[in-house]
Amino acid sequence: MGNSRTVVAKRELRHHFSDLEQQREASSMGMWVFLVTEIMFFGGMFCCYLVYRYLYFHAWVEGSQHMEFWYGTINTVVLIGSSLTMALAVRASQLGQRKLLVLLLLLTILLGLAFMGIKAVEYHQHWLNHEFPGSSFDLKKWQDAPHVEMFFVLYFTMTGFHALHVVIGLFAVGFVAYFAWRGRYTAEYHNPVENVGLYWHFVDLVWIYLYPLLYLISHRHA
Amino acid sequence: MPDTYNKLFSMHGQVMIFFFLIPSVPAVLGNFLIPMMIGAKDLAFPRLNLLSWYLYISAGLLMLYTIMAGGVDTGWTFYPPYSTSFSNSNVVLAATSIFIAGFSSILTGLNFIVTVHRMRAPGMTWSRLPLFVWSNYATAIIQVLGTPVLAITLALVGLERIFHIGVFDPKVGGDPVLFQHLFWFYSHPAVYIMILPGMGVVSEIVPCFSRKRIFGYSFIAMASVAIAVLGFLVWAHHQFVAGISVYSAMIFSFFSYMVAVPSAIKVFNWTATMYRGKISYTTPMLYAFGFIGLFTMGGMTGLFLAALGLDVHVHDTYFVVAHFHYIMVGGMVMAYIGGLHFWWPKISGRMYPELWGRLAALIIFIGFHLTFFPQFILGYLGMPRRYHAYTSEFQILNVLSTAGASILAVGYLLPMVYFLWSLRYGKLATDNPWAASGLEWMTPSPPPTFNFEETPVVTWEAYNYDQLPQEVPVGE
Amino acid sequence: MEHISPKRTYVLVWAALMVLTVVTAAVSRIDLGPFSTPVALFIASCKGVLVVLFFMHAKYISGKTTYLVIAAGFFWLLILLFLAMSDYISRAWI
Repeated sequence: MGNSRTVVAKRELRHHFSDLEQQREASSMGMWVFLVTEIMFFGGMFCCYLVYRYLYFHAWVEGSQHMEFWYGTINTVVLIGSSLTMALAVRASQLGQRKLLVLLLLLTILLGLAFMGIKAVEYHQHWLNHEFPGSSFDLKKWQDAPHVEMFFVLYFTMTGFHALHVVIGLFAVGFVAYFAWRGRYTAEYHNPVENVGLYWHFVDLVWIYLYPLLYLISHRHA
Repeated sequence: MPDTYNKLFSMHGQVMIFFFLIPSVPAVLGNFLIPMMIGAKDLAFPRLNLLSWYLYISAGLLMLYTIMAGGVDTGWTFYPPYSTSFSNSNVVLAATSIFIAGFSSILTGLNFIVTVHRMRAPGMTWSRLPLFVWSNYATAIIQVLGTPVLAITLALVGLERIFHIGVFDPKVGGDPVLFQHLFWFYSHPAVYIMILPGMGVVSEIVPCFSRKRIFGYSFIAMASVAIAVLGFLVWAHHQFVAGISVYSAMIFSFFSYMVAVPSAIKVFNWTATMYRGKISYTTPMLYAFGFIGLFTMGGMTGLFLAALGLDVHVHDTYFVVAHFHYIMVGGMVMAYIGGLHFWWPKISGRMYPELWGRLAALIIFIGFHLTFFPQFILGYLGMPRRYHAYTSEFQILNVLSTAGASILAVGYLLPMVYFLWSLRYGKLATDNPWAASGLEWMTPSPPPTFNFEETPVVTWEAYNYDQLPQEVPVGE
Repeated sequence: MEHISPKRTYVLVWAALMVLTVVTAAVSRIDLGPFSTPVALFIASCKGVLVVLFFMHAKYISGKTTYLVIAAGFFWLLILLFLAMSDYISRAWI
């Protein structure tokens, strides 16, 4: 007795859990705890940012003025949009709507790729403008060099690690999209979709803080 | 010669801390015991656990390779600008190895937290959990919250060394003390990762061999969590003379005194448990005695270091070296070995030879004191640490210390030999050779694949020694 | 039984996030002196709360454990930031 969906779901029950509910709760809690480790991982960089911003505020203002406001703002819109598609994808998995689920996951990937594309263009421009830290950094065009170089050190470190997490997220969403297309997820069992969703929203959350901290420091823009 | 010495103490520190002290009890004992102690079939995420093991092995192999390639000479503490700009040793290799080991640790912590929250058997409430579980739970909290900061800090050192993206580079306004803040934010709580599981072991051994319910169960449980929390508020006591502000130093000194309190509570409670108990001087109990005494000594000397004025004199001397070796070797390693003896029957299904166990414990105790007590004196007299040479006035105490180390070595070798021996020739163990409380003793030795034939339903409080036999069946 | 949010909820939250993005960008053009940072962080936190509660579904999870986990994460971050900053800020006080 039980339709094929329940059979699929039962097959997903791992032996050491007493029921799917316990498995789902454990799986979800595991993801939240992992996200806490990510908060602390990025937290170390936020700490560096905060300390140096306190020490070298004028350099921070100067550096931020040379950030491309529209790249940052469009990327914010793009990433938040991808969070919407991801949330709707999780909802589709809760309702067992396979085709919609796959579509929304693919849309999420598309928006994530757009984010990465804009970031690539942005990085390239910084490189051409001699704003990449290291020997190629042009100290002469700044008022508060070398501290402005530190601003860019933090900019590239923070957005770099963030971008790395976006890429990992794209792979994760890709895997989930593949398995979704193959019919692996049902209304009874869709933990991986939920968990990847949580991860993706977290990546969005980090950007929500990076955006004002890096792009919006100065009320004037170069 | 100085280079070689620098490499030796750096590698000793890194290997001992990241590959022994941090993983030992959680990985060896925790993984095995925690599911049993809570009545579960397995940890919440068995495959993640396997990943944690593979990461540990990979990190370990990488560290071995690093050693063979010449090691690092920065100290286990990797301070910039030496580690980022000036050292010619394998900083990136070592940092990568530790980064990977860190993830192994994080996954263990994650697993334990979810397991304790979600996998307890019916009736196993939080207030019935064995204190070993509470200790490892508190440890897991630290692992999850602290280790990621180490990860990013090492990554930043790597970025600076390879790509010259200098977060700590003074040329662009970087502050090496900021590295220290980030490094110690993890590395101080890390010492509680190392010691808390050992305290958990002691909390299991002492009631069993006193035949008494543990004194102050809830206080010990809460003290474990308090240590985990307070341990995050003290880190800059490693930086008192590094140039931090004196007001900041006062705050960290204050919290450093506070964090001693929950540890002291535990020591008092273990002692009170033994009072009017029926004590058996079995090997695990001897190690527990060793722990309580030596941890207390080491812990109290920590308060010397937490005092700002005194720290100016003893910082970076052998006083510090003695302090942490008392806690880690006198405390943690003894607890680990004691725990191995206590649960050896459960793990292997065999008894170890009791008389040899007691002999080894005694040799370790004597060797330990001979090795490390002179170091307190040396530090107080002003001998610096991390120096490859010392003046003649320090000679006698150094020689004594080395002699003690040889005795310690004998003491450590003995269990390695007789544990192996016992696998083949040891007496077969019953389910519960110590007549101890706890679910792990209610299943065969060694346990079946899923720990229990049937999921237990718990209706009794922990440490119900009033209902268990008054005599320990073995170990006379 | 898990809670399923209506599509409307998600779209409304997304719209609110868009509005807040416009607000934070616009406000950054005004010279608020020392208040620019707290205001920017406040708006970012509003957005963050919306993401956590609705997109990440934290509002509808049963039991207190998840809240404890989230709260612990942010609290520990604050410990790091606060105590590290306290060193740098108080260095000038002598």
